[in-house]
Amino acid sequence: MAFLDVHDLSVGIGPLQPLDRISFALDKGQILGLVGESGSGKSLTAMGLMGLLPLIGGRVTGGSIRLDGTELGDLSEPTYRALRGRRMALISQNPMTSLDPMVRVGEQVDQVSRMHLGLSGAAARSRSIDLLTQLRIPDAATVHQHYPHQMSGGMKQRVVIAMALAGNPELIIADEPTTALDVTIQAQIIQILVDLVRLRGLALMLITHDMGVVAQACDQVVVLYAGRVAEANTVAGIFARPAHPYTRSLIDCIPRLGQAPGSLKGIPGVVPGVGNYAGGCRFHPRCALAQAVCQQQVPPLQTRGQGRVACHFSLVATDG
Amino acid sequence: MFVYLIRRLLLLLPVFLAVSVVVFMIIHLVPGDPIDNMVQIGASPQQRAILVARYGLDQPLLVQYGVWLRNMLGGDLGDAIVMRQPVIDLIAENLPHSLRLGGLAFLFSTIVGITTGALAAIYKDSWIDRSVMTLILLGSTLPSFWLGLLLILLFAVQLEWFPVSGARSWTALVLPVLTIGLHGVALVSRVTRAAMLDVGRRDFVLMLHAKGLSHRRIQLQHVLRHALLPVATILSLRIGWIVGGAVTIEFVFARPGLGSLLITSLAQRDYPVVQGCLLMLAMAVMLGTLLGDLVQAAMDPRIREQLR
Amino acid sequence: MGRIRGSAPGRALCTWRGGLSAGCLMLVALAALLAPWVAPYAYDIQNLSATNQAPSLAHWLGTDEFGRDVLSRIIYGARTSLSVAMAAIGVSVLMGMCLGAAAAYFGGALDRAISAVVDLTWSFPEVLIALIFVAILGPGLYSTMIAISIAYLAQFSRLTRAQILAIKGETYIEAATSLGGGHLHIVFRHLLPNSLTPVIVAGMLATGDAIILEATLGFFGLGIQPPKPSWGAMMSSGTAQIFLAPWTIIGPGVAIALAVLSINQFGDALIDALDIRSKLRET
Repeated sequence: MAFLDVHDLSVGIGPLQPLDRISFALDKGQILGLVGESGSGKSLTAMGLMGLLPLIGGRVTGGSIRLDGTELGDLSEPTYRALRGRRMALISQNPMTSLDPMVRVGEQVDQVSRMHLGLSGAAARSRSIDLLTQLRIPDAATVHQHYPHQMSGGMKQRVVIAMALAGNPELIIADEPTTALDVTIQAQIIQILVDLVRLRGLALMLITHDMGVVAQACDQVVVLYAGRVAEANTVAGIFARPAHPYTRSLIDCIPRLGQAPGSLKGIPGVVPGVGNYAGGCRFHPRCALAQAVCQQQVPPLQTRGQGRVACHFSLVATDG
Repeated sequence: MFVYLIRRLLLLLPVFLAVSVVVFMIIHLVPGDPIDNMVQIGASPQQRAILVARYGLDQPLLVQYGVWLRNMLGGDLGDAIVMRQPVIDLIAENLPHSLRLGGLAFLFSTIVGITTGALAAIYKDSWIDRSVMTLILLGSTLPSFWLGLLLILLFAVQLEWFPVSGARSWTALVLPVLTIGLHGVALVSRVTRAAMLDVGRRDFVLMLHAKGLSHRRIQLQHVLRHALLPVATILSLRIGWIVGGAVTIEFVFARPGLGSLLITSLAQRDYPVVQGCLLMLAMAVMLGTLLGDLVQAAMDPRIREQLR
Repeated sequence: MGRIRGSAPGRALCTWRGGLSAGCLMLVALAALLAPWVAPYAYDIQNLSATNQAPSLAHWLGTDEFGRDVLSRIIYGARTSLSVAMAAIGVSVLMGMCLGAAAAYFGGALDRAISAVVDLTWSFPEVLIALIFVAILGPGLYSTMIAISIAYLAQFSRLTRAQILAIKGETYIEAATSLGGGHLHIVFRHLLPNSLTPVIVAGMLATGDAIILEATLGFFGLGIQPPKPSWGAMMSSGTAQIFLAPWTIIGPGVAIALAVLSINQFGDALIDALDIRSKLRET
């Protein structure tokens, strides 16, 4: 059994069903990329795993989430809370707003050590300074005393990562950790995360809309579209032989050096809002290969070689 | 911080001057000869002549203002017509009562208001929340003097727990403070609750949850601190209501104080006293606003940098 | 009917809060308008043999110290209070809008001057400002109205100014200017109409406060003078009878509370329906 095993997870907000039967598995020492455009349900998956859906008025409506064998859905709130920050940690999207503006950044990292590891004030502080140094923040002891508004975005995100690491978690969920940062900083942060996984044997779920990041950092990929899994595979496999038309388009969209001007590709149409999902395959209105069956039947998630695809006309010949 | 204080005080000066001009003009805007409004009926020509000299009443208006201002800064606010005392003495007698009432009402409003507002936010949509919201509703729509009268009826007349009026004992403070305070509690509570709910929606609160802190701890240790800033802002903006409330309530409860002094002297057309009271009350409002601004600046470092 | 229901006031009416408060308000307004027909007695009929009587069938809310029927005086008092408050706030809104518009539109020194004066009165409690004007003008109907107008002026001026500043830079204003529209034309034809709504709603809410302010002045004996009944003055004379005839105090107070409560609640419902809560936040 994988360390993190998500099976048929469905999430509802009010009368809507933004996530429909998501399944994937992640082991320690692995990096899973969860890819999709805005509105595909990536952040909801993160919230669902952390048990934070009630904060946004949502709830798990079906499926299971197993962390190291424990079914998270069965846990009481206090037990679940004990896991947050300790065994599973979240790095959220916008470092500009993730930190409490009225508290010094060091204190915000100390808090995790004190709470989850029972460290004293001084011990927690020196541990935080260690972490900040490991994350390549220069002069960590001074930075420890700074307020968030005195720091750049990249530095703040490192602090957030430190906050996530302070509890010695085994699973880190990074929700678009670099989207709000400059391009030059993005690569650094991704590299930091990759190194952490290799060094500490963590399981990392990297949520992103950028296939380039996936290619750079991840071992496995799950492609989400409109709340459903479109395709899942190893990174090597998905780039070599993308099976789902949507995946194919996503890969084609990655800009390459030396591309002819004006040849940047996009995917026609827009991601539908939650109330406007099409019947059958949710991608069919934007798909070049769509046929009548695509509108009538929801394509089941089927195994194709090393990965899984949900398409009636997947582009990989059946391996047999 | 010190620089900020100096700058704010300097800004206060023109305001003070403007208010003093308005107050000064009262005697001259009232129909009739200013001298008549400053002496008792049947004063002799000599007494009138003394007054003319003292206030420069035969001089142009600007000079008169200067004389008045100089006198005022020296502590001479004129003499009360009816009570035949220097106005400054009357004010000195009554000021402590008003300060006591206003100060207690402020403390009461702030402490109770923040507590109830915070509780309402933490236990949103529960019976606690609904009760607090009802309290807020009542406190903001009921006229304060009617509330005072009701409290007198219930607790002083029927139950006889507290005196009906006057200021003979500390128990006489309870009902007046409660009356002014209720209105203040409504205001502070509403702002606290709204601010806490507002802050609670921010991203960093989500991260606090993700770190494993409990809802109550997040609200009390993190959210409340942020919410206090808008509360301080509102309090400093609306500090005037305490003065206004005190004026009304002193009259309702027949307590000594600047408020009841003002009302009675208005009815008696004792203009020197009116002027003195208005000036003091206006200064109270200005100082209160200044204090509120200072507290805000102390709480939020960004404000201190604004006036540079 | 669809158009009425679709509009903001219509939507406000369809909520529990909006409908109930509007209904209450209608009752109060009708009572005030139709006072001579609704009130069981004239407000000044004295009956010195029946002073300070408790509520009874003949006098639903009892009699006061002169034997006058409390209920009738309350109904006539509604006339006074409502009309004074509405007139005063109406004038205040007009003056405030002009000042605020002038400040926002012309900017510069005029703006600073107007804003300085307005902000000065802004931080002072309305009671104090009203008392200053009563001091100058003496007690009475007109001084009460003027005092109330000036006391609430700051609110409308600031609101209008904020509204107009927000839309001043918008493209259609630039278009009107470039088409040769004069200042007055632009202000009255374009700027003011579009900033009208929040100010009017604020004016409505201020009417409730104005009723309380008028009653407070009346309570001090500095407002509308007898024999015209005013809720505040009724309560003032009632305090002398507080041990004997508490109903003389309770009655008018309930009337005020009812009127103010329904105004505030309807105003709130309207704000929600119009979704302008953010624009009114400053006040």
